[in-house]
Amino acid sequence: MTPPGTQDILRVLPELAWCSAGVLLMLLQPFVKNRQALTFISMLGAAAGTLVTFKAAFGEGFGGLVQFDIFSLFFHWLIGLVAFLVILASDSYLERENLDAAEFYALILFATAGMGVLASAQELLTAFIGLEMSSISSYILAGYRRDSIKSSESAVKYFLLGSFATAFFLYGIALVYGATGSTNLRTLATADPSSNLVRLGLSLILVGLGFKVAAAPFHVWTPDVYEGAPTPVTALFSAGPKAATFALLLRIFATVHAATDFWFWAFWILAALTMFVGNLGALVQSNIKRLLAYSSIAHAGYILVAMAAITTAKNSDSGLDPGAAYAAVLFYLLSYSLVSVGAFTIVSDLGGQGERYVNTDDFAGLGTRQPFAAAALSVFLLSLLGLPITAGFFGKLYIFTAAIKSKLIWLAILMAINSIIGAYYYLRIIVVMYMHEYKGNVPADAPASLSPTAAMVVIVAVLATLYLGLAPNHILGIVLDPNLILSGR
Amino acid sequence: MELSGHLLSVLIFFPAFGALALLLLRGDDHLWIRRLTFVVSVVEFVFSLFLLRAVPINAPGYSLVEFGHWISAPPINYHLGVDGISMFLVILTTFLTPICVLASWHGVHHRIKEFHVTLLLLEVGVVGVFLSLDLFLFFLFWEIMLIPMAFLIGIWGHERRLYAAMKFVLYTMAGSILMLIGIIWLYNATGSFDLPVIQQMLHDGVLTLSTRTEILLFLAFFLAFAIKVPLFPLHTWLPDAHVEAPTAGSVILAGVLLKMGTYGMIRFCLPLFPEASHRAAPYVAVLAIIGIIYGALVAMVQPNLKKLVAYSSVSHLGFVVLGIFAFQNISMQGAVFQMLAHGVSMGALFLLVGMLYDRRHTFEITEYGGLSTPMPRLAAFFLFVVLSSMGLPMLNGFVGEYLILLGTYLVHWNWAAWAATGVILSACYLLWSYQRVFFGEVTHQKNCALPDTDARENCILVTVVIVTLWMGIGSPFFTRRFAVPCQTVLEQMNRSFAQEATLPGSIPKAAKLDSSGRILASTATPTSSERSGTR
Repeated sequence: MTPPGTQDILRVLPELAWCSAGVLLMLLQPFVKNRQALTFISMLGAAAGTLVTFKAAFGEGFGGLVQFDIFSLFFHWLIGLVAFLVILASDSYLERENLDAAEFYALILFATAGMGVLASAQELLTAFIGLEMSSISSYILAGYRRDSIKSSESAVKYFLLGSFATAFFLYGIALVYGATGSTNLRTLATADPSSNLVRLGLSLILVGLGFKVAAAPFHVWTPDVYEGAPTPVTALFSAGPKAATFALLLRIFATVHAATDFWFWAFWILAALTMFVGNLGALVQSNIKRLLAYSSIAHAGYILVAMAAITTAKNSDSGLDPGAAYAAVLFYLLSYSLVSVGAFTIVSDLGGQGERYVNTDDFAGLGTRQPFAAAALSVFLLSLLGLPITAGFFGKLYIFTAAIKSKLIWLAILMAINSIIGAYYYLRIIVVMYMHEYKGNVPADAPASLSPTAAMVVIVAVLATLYLGLAPNHILGIVLDPNLILSGR
Repeated sequence: MELSGHLLSVLIFFPAFGALALLLLRGDDHLWIRRLTFVVSVVEFVFSLFLLRAVPINAPGYSLVEFGHWISAPPINYHLGVDGISMFLVILTTFLTPICVLASWHGVHHRIKEFHVTLLLLEVGVVGVFLSLDLFLFFLFWEIMLIPMAFLIGIWGHERRLYAAMKFVLYTMAGSILMLIGIIWLYNATGSFDLPVIQQMLHDGVLTLSTRTEILLFLAFFLAFAIKVPLFPLHTWLPDAHVEAPTAGSVILAGVLLKMGTYGMIRFCLPLFPEASHRAAPYVAVLAIIGIIYGALVAMVQPNLKKLVAYSSVSHLGFVVLGIFAFQNISMQGAVFQMLAHGVSMGALFLLVGMLYDRRHTFEITEYGGLSTPMPRLAAFFLFVVLSSMGLPMLNGFVGEYLILLGTYLVHWNWAAWAATGVILSACYLLWSYQRVFFGEVTHQKNCALPDTDARENCILVTVVIVTLWMGIGSPFFTRRFAVPCQTVLEQMNRSFAQEATLPGSIPKAAKLDSSGRILASTATPTSSERSGTR
């Protein structure tokens, strides 16, 4: 193999930028004590990683290990945006919890770099490295609040189950390699679809990735980890790794013919199960972090519906164009990530020191106490619910359209039923905020308003949510780009 | 006129600007908030009156059409238009909103600013629903209007408001998500969300739906509308929502929101899915008749005055659905008229019940009695509205019910016969409850010194009474304007149905079509003479 040339480096510029920013932060840590300066530097780092994508060249790099195309460009933007917002939102959190900033930001940036690798991996082992980079940073981030038992529990649980999942993934790669003699997706494209070894390998890969996107029945870690992790980290979990893992899933799909033929029912069942588990689980939650965790499971289920639609469309003899379904996944991931980061930021800021006020009851009367936070959270919840003029509405609409186009009527109906169940618990929070009175006196240490940094994140997320809900044309133009539809065949 | 090019957009978004302006006012400046909202809603009403001049009387199709591209893929357009049916529903909405503002002048005590903003946003949604010609835009307004209504019930309602608000939202949403699937399905078949385009495709035979598909699509739309109407047995959310909603909420809910369901049936179910509509008609009619009788019977035994009015609403809307699904021009005109008349009289009944509540803070009939002694004026107004709601000739309720029964009789005399019992029953429960509330001795000490209507209330009630009387006497003014649109709907149905009817095996239906086609032809031209006969 030839040593990497300039062209190869250009393919991984964003990852390099994120990693160097992370390393820089670690180096600066002993000297810079000012948290805000560190926040600023890491935001610059996150932004730099996103902006260098302009300089990054499209094409394969490192002999086919990575593929930087418009598809990975989209995900790099998404991931970079999420990282940027999460870092901004973490500032006040770190101050309140008195946590060390530099390492925290460095870990976020490393995790982001890992997700970037996932998004452009064209080789299963590269993907594995990306998965590990993001996962290991995530394990540490989950346990970052060392003095909190819940945070430590979250980290251990995430680590144990996460490694288990990674093992599945790795084993799957091994089997696929055994069957085909390659781990490169382009080579795998011609793998014999009827080979049982390939099928077994692919299913193990799906199980591994299913863990990462929190698809039922591999979701059990999600509520505990989301609840215990520091809330900005939860925001990151719910948006970044999920998007990156879906990117890898899409790429595997698009490239490996065998996968398309084989996975339809798997996705159908996963989607149905995930939607119901997520929504029914969220119904009985009183902790908002847990509720949003279950809701994030449910939304993974909705995306899986679109994945099932893609499998049908990709199937050789269906004659359907999978473009709309691809666009649905990308649009949904974008809208969900924005909303999720925004919602968790509000929860994080209103949680108070030690995250004590994260029950639904603590949000009672928020509509009068903090009109801005309540209004913003309502926008996010309505978007999650899928009400018009929010991004979530179009997200859901595109998935419905894709599903119906692929003749998955029953899945669409199941999704409709789930939307109604979802409506109940999202609206319940709005009801609590606007229609309940706070029982007793509001405790003195409960935050009286959002911190300026959090407010900025929230404003960005709200505006983006409304923008996508009112004028989705521009983003649609991007996600419907025919170049985005990967095909390895 | 510069305005007329965008009159419909103005009608939809003017209240939204009003709401924005309200947000700029200080929250504790209650008087100015109320004044501004009142002015905004009155101006909106005046705008809507321009429609009367702008919409031609005898031309089929939509007027004042506005078209703009909104979203590229899928192609969703900002397509507005108005015809005689939607025009009056818009005017009804804009008429009731200022009345609601006046009615809540003293009845709403907390979060005044939010209340009025919500009310105006609700108006945006409702007017949008009536003016949209793009299926998608329609759905969008349909959904948007849910949230303000839920807030009206949930924040400013009575004791069990949260339960009622939640029930209202979940019921409606369950229906509307099915409708969304139906809309997307239709889009997949046609590649368009545009109602006139889809109708044209059906007309030209470019698009043919298999009977099974058509029935499924019909059901997807119909369920959403039936929940909204509400048709028996989907009505259970209504009494809760009505009883718990504040007066303004009830007025809008009964006056306009329920009409969105029947409007949807006329605008979408019938023209788009004629075959399925014909097949479903007997079942729908049976449900409507059950609704008429059941609603009346339940209303009769209600101890709660507001619930009584709510159930009478179920009963009255059964007439509307029956009138629509008789597929006769006369009965459909009656249904549209009944929608308007019901909007005014039900709104008035809820206003009056709200006035009683403002005085005594109870809806229990047993708490009242003999109220005509302390409140002669209120009693007189109440009697007037009760009589109009009962369908006394010369008042608005009569025209609609009469036309519906007349039209229904032409096709199924037994439907009309059963439905007519509803008229009798409505007289029973309304007069009986009136007697218990207003006549006899004053049984409760508290009731002796209740103040009679004040100037504000007189103003509201006199307006409503004048409109009621005018609708009863001058009904041709209204029916003249929606005779042609009703005819258009029926023609759209028959046209597509005629193609189906040529298939073997549907001879009985074809025969029915002939008879209705003949009747339609006879009623199409001499509409005004027909109408003058009805008054």
